[in-house]
Amino acid sequence: MLILCCGNLERGDDAAGLLVGRRLRTLGVEVREHSGEALSLMEAWRGAEDVMLVDAVVTGARAGTVSVWDARSAAFGGGRFRGSSHALGVAEAVELAQALGCLPARLLVCGIEGREFAAGASPSAAVLAGVEEAARRIYENWSGGTAWISE
Amino acid sequence: MNERAGPSRNIKVDYLTRVEGEGAVHVKLKGGQVQDVQMRIFEPPRLFEAFLRGRHYMEVPDMVARICGICPIAYQMSAVQALERILGIEADPAVRLLRRLFYCGEWIESHALHIYMLHAPDFLGVPDAIQLARTHRDVVEQGLRLKKTGNRLVTLLGGREIHPIGAAVGGFYKTPSRAELNSLVDELQWSRDAAVATASLVAGFDFPDFEQDYEFVALSHPEEYPLNEGRLVSSRGLDIDVSEFNDHFVEQHVKHSNALQARLRERGSYLVGPLARFNLNFEKLPEVARQAAADCGLEAPCRNPFRSIVVRAIEVIFACDEALKLIAEYHPPEAPRVIAPARAGVGHGATEAPRGVLYHRYEIDERGLVVSAQIVPPTAQNQKRMEEDLWQLVPPLAALPVEEITARCEQAVRNYDPCISCATHFVRVERE
Repeated sequence: MLILCCGNLERGDDAAGLLVGRRLRTLGVEVREHSGEALSLMEAWRGAEDVMLVDAVVTGARAGTVSVWDARSAAFGGGRFRGSSHALGVAEAVELAQALGCLPARLLVCGIEGREFAAGASPSAAVLAGVEEAARRIYENWSGGTAWISE
Repeated sequence: MNERAGPSRNIKVDYLTRVEGEGAVHVKLKGGQVQDVQMRIFEPPRLFEAFLRGRHYMEVPDMVARICGICPIAYQMSAVQALERILGIEADPAVRLLRRLFYCGEWIESHALHIYMLHAPDFLGVPDAIQLARTHRDVVEQGLRLKKTGNRLVTLLGGREIHPIGAAVGGFYKTPSRAELNSLVDELQWSRDAAVATASLVAGFDFPDFEQDYEFVALSHPEEYPLNEGRLVSSRGLDIDVSEFNDHFVEQHVKHSNALQARLRERGSYLVGPLARFNLNFEKLPEVARQAAADCGLEAPCRNPFRSIVVRAIEVIFACDEALKLIAEYHPPEAPRVIAPARAGVGHGATEAPRGVLYHRYEIDERGLVVSAQIVPPTAQNQKRMEEDLWQLVPPLAALPVEEITARCEQAVRNYDPCISCATHFVRVERE
């Protein structure tokens, strides 16, 4: 499984995806960090069949809540992701790849609910707890322990 | 409600889409006359000029690359030019070549992104690139592959495609082998052909009949289409060294924008970017680009900002052709960079970011620490001109439904490919 961790360490809770990746590395899991820019994200998963994308999301849930969606499912849609400073971000990457028929065979999206995204801010305690939970769940899945529960 | 019935109407784009950063446009109409136009940039100030104070000059290229995810090389190149002027560094000719090549990569990726993903939807009647992918799949796939070519060039020279870290004061931290550069030739040749096809495609779009009497400002070099050096010239006779920038240009704060607006001290607004470069440097384009322009019916001077999408395509042809020429000429330098001792001084740099002239000024002390920094990005320079375009564009449209006027205003702003995040890194602090 290719694990792509997106975010920005300098924008508060937007650091969540990258922090999950760094935690996973301490557990021996190979991950790739990514800015989340749509077109290069599509390049990053090109050729991979099984992809996990990790990023901060905004759905209205409690901060730190960890959710997993199948990007191919009807339940998944744009607007969950933190607005990127790029013109096209993670949501657009998924939708564009869907439109072009080049989504990986399996693309799971692990979202950590964020609330504060101010420039220069640190991630909140709730999100840091969510980071731990996300890393644990991904690790268990990666090591063959559990199956994902998708919305 | 009939939007046309009332005596006054407000055209509001509260959140501009398909631009980089956060901004809005408000146009107030009364009886068919424009009462007010405001390009509101509400992205918070990012204070880069303040962050740089007290940092060593060797840190500057990596720090300024963080200003923008789309045009970081422009920031690095303007910075190293200014700092090398202070330090008396003359870059190795091979380093100069590599910097130009590096810049070609940025132009290819930035222009491809704007042409295909951000601007083309306006002309093809779809709301965004995702819809465009559904209706014009081949077009989007071509754009993605073109952008990837630019990304590969940037990655090779910069170490990574976003916020590259390869550029240094004095040169690069690591220079590529000839074999590494040659590995890009096939894709650059495909990209040059694809760019010619792109120019042909976008030249067929339906352009509003809208010409303005701009003062175009761009760099000019005696032998080259401008990328990373030259004098600052304009269509109304300006011809200065970049060190004279502040003698002729001034930045002003306006209440409705977090970005300073630049203007010529004597004449007010001006335009930087692809149209300005094309109009002021047409004869320095390679034959393949000039021929493509002729085939598109594009002549200099072009004063219709909506046709900037065609000019960007011509500049992609140039960037691919130039990259191929540079790769053919390349021999690795003896050392990747020149190292010079720190010395106090003031230096100026200006290069051509994809969106236009990017000016930097630094003062450093005898330890090599930054005393002051000034960065004037192209979107800040074009901001006043964007507003003036809307003052002229809207009155003939006044009878149209609000949503149609709104869409045309958004398209007019996107003509400039504004990079709003870049424009808002200023700081207004009086030095004691």
